[in-house]
Amino acid sequence: MLQLTRPLANMLYRRNTLFLLLLLTPPLLWFGVVYLGSLFSLLWQSFYTFDSFSMSVTPDLTLENYRSLFDATNLDIILRTLTMAVSVTLATAVIGFPIAYYMTRYGSHAEKGFFYVAVMLPMWASYIVKTYAWTVILSQEGILYWLVNHLGLLSLLNATLAIPSIGGNTLATSNLGRFIVFTYIWLPFMILPIQAALERVPSNLLQASSDLGAKPAQTFRKILLPLVFPGVVAGSIFTFSLTLGDYIIPQLIGPSGLFIGTMVYTMQGSIGNMPLAAAFTVVPIVLIFIYLALAKRMGAFDAF
Amino acid sequence: MRSNQAQAAAPLWLKTLAYGGLVFLHFPIAVIFLNAFLTGEGSQSHFTLRWVHEALAREDVIAAILLSLKVATIATLMALIMGVMAAAALYRRSFFGKEAITTMLILPIALPGIITGIALLSAINMLDITPGVWTIIVSHATFCVVMIYNNVIARFRRMPHSLVEASMDLGADGCTTFRYIILPQLATALLAGALLAFALSFDELIVTIFTAGHEITLPIWLLNQLSRPRDAAITNVVAMMVMLITALPIIAAYYLTRGTGTVEGSSR
Repeated sequence: MLQLTRPLANMLYRRNTLFLLLLLTPPLLWFGVVYLGSLFSLLWQSFYTFDSFSMSVTPDLTLENYRSLFDATNLDIILRTLTMAVSVTLATAVIGFPIAYYMTRYGSHAEKGFFYVAVMLPMWASYIVKTYAWTVILSQEGILYWLVNHLGLLSLLNATLAIPSIGGNTLATSNLGRFIVFTYIWLPFMILPIQAALERVPSNLLQASSDLGAKPAQTFRKILLPLVFPGVVAGSIFTFSLTLGDYIIPQLIGPSGLFIGTMVYTMQGSIGNMPLAAAFTVVPIVLIFIYLALAKRMGAFDAF
Repeated sequence: MRSNQAQAAAPLWLKTLAYGGLVFLHFPIAVIFLNAFLTGEGSQSHFTLRWVHEALAREDVIAAILLSLKVATIATLMALIMGVMAAAALYRRSFFGKEAITTMLILPIALPGIITGIALLSAINMLDITPGVWTIIVSHATFCVVMIYNNVIARFRRMPHSLVEASMDLGADGCTTFRYIILPQLATALLAGALLAFALSFDELIVTIFTAGHEITLPIWLLNQLSRPRDAAITNVVAMMVMLITALPIIAAYYLTRGTGTVEGSSR
């Protein structure tokens, strides 16, 4: 066996390009055929025709699916999802920044490690379990209502829930509840890139700034924030794109209005309108590519 | 370096916000763990292992766990092979299309899961394949490759190529060099990548729903449970088990790659 493999291995070492090709062929075949093939088949089907009378799909090519994305109801779905994605991104940045800041600037070595694991574990912890936990917490018999009630804040909560477009009947069926869950689930994806960006800011820059007489707030705004901002944008890529595509959380928590994800899921599953579902998936793809292009200009890719 | 310097203590408000954030991140998980061991109502509740026993006696729970373990194991092995090949091919040479290949490897986790899922489903339908265990495995392997690739390529880049050349100069052939020089250097990166891929696959729901057909993986089982509130006690126990099965590989992967300067988990 060894006698046979030795000349072969030596030949491969000398013929670099051949070796490279051999190495690349299996993964390229896999991704080219399985993954890109699937994506193209999806894209192709977005031009098929769905007959709403017979509820069947025919391979007659049309642009109708894309046109109907701009119908009032569909546009509403897109805007609703987009608003949520932007709000969640802002909220994760606001909550995540102090955590990342504390762990990088003030944490001792051990504390840093502790924070890192403590942020990473919830990020990797089961998505469905976390969502499930929130359905338990937000329900009317749940901990949050119990807590609010004992603090005597129930009327305040109800007043908040009465605000249109934020509220709803209960926390579990309100946009506020959905927003809390989204923010919770994607928060670690924001903290870690900010932390990575903060790690790279040399502390003598901050010292120099304060030596030159800047107040802490000035140093923060003029020195630290511009240097860390690409990290925030890097984190926002995750929070934005993950919210845009999610369809489990909008299904389980919040009011009944559809999200892009739930719309795709319903169109494909219960209605069988694969062409419209496929056209709808193009929306987050386009939005994400626009977002990525913007993020690239803000230097987010240097933050990884 | 900076952490060795004497530093001013953090302002209290900042410390409060930071630790408050950690509490927020762990609160729902704690709720699940508590609920898994409690029985009774309100102040009457007390610690019990009853729900753990009942959950482990359920055939559907065991079947879902076994299926998820099987899928995650096979998908990880497939991803290992492809991820290592891709990393070995891409780490040194630059050539036309290299950027495109890297992007392609990342795409399955960069795009929202619903797109990957529905794309695979549309292909499955077009090819008249019956969805089942193997369609789940294929879909999971696709997005697990990047976990292995990221870990292994980071290690390859830090490995001095002179080691390989020295080995060859001393008369070792490619196989011997791979076996005795490259593999030991890669070992922990391989293991860490595999653990992350395993955890990712074990927990994957969004893509799986589309490619699973009638198969029920553990996350799908949990999703189905949400419409059965009477079963909540069992659900809590299973949810806790899922947490443990994914958390342990993650912690292990963290310690395996600590100090190598790569934040492997951050690009999920």
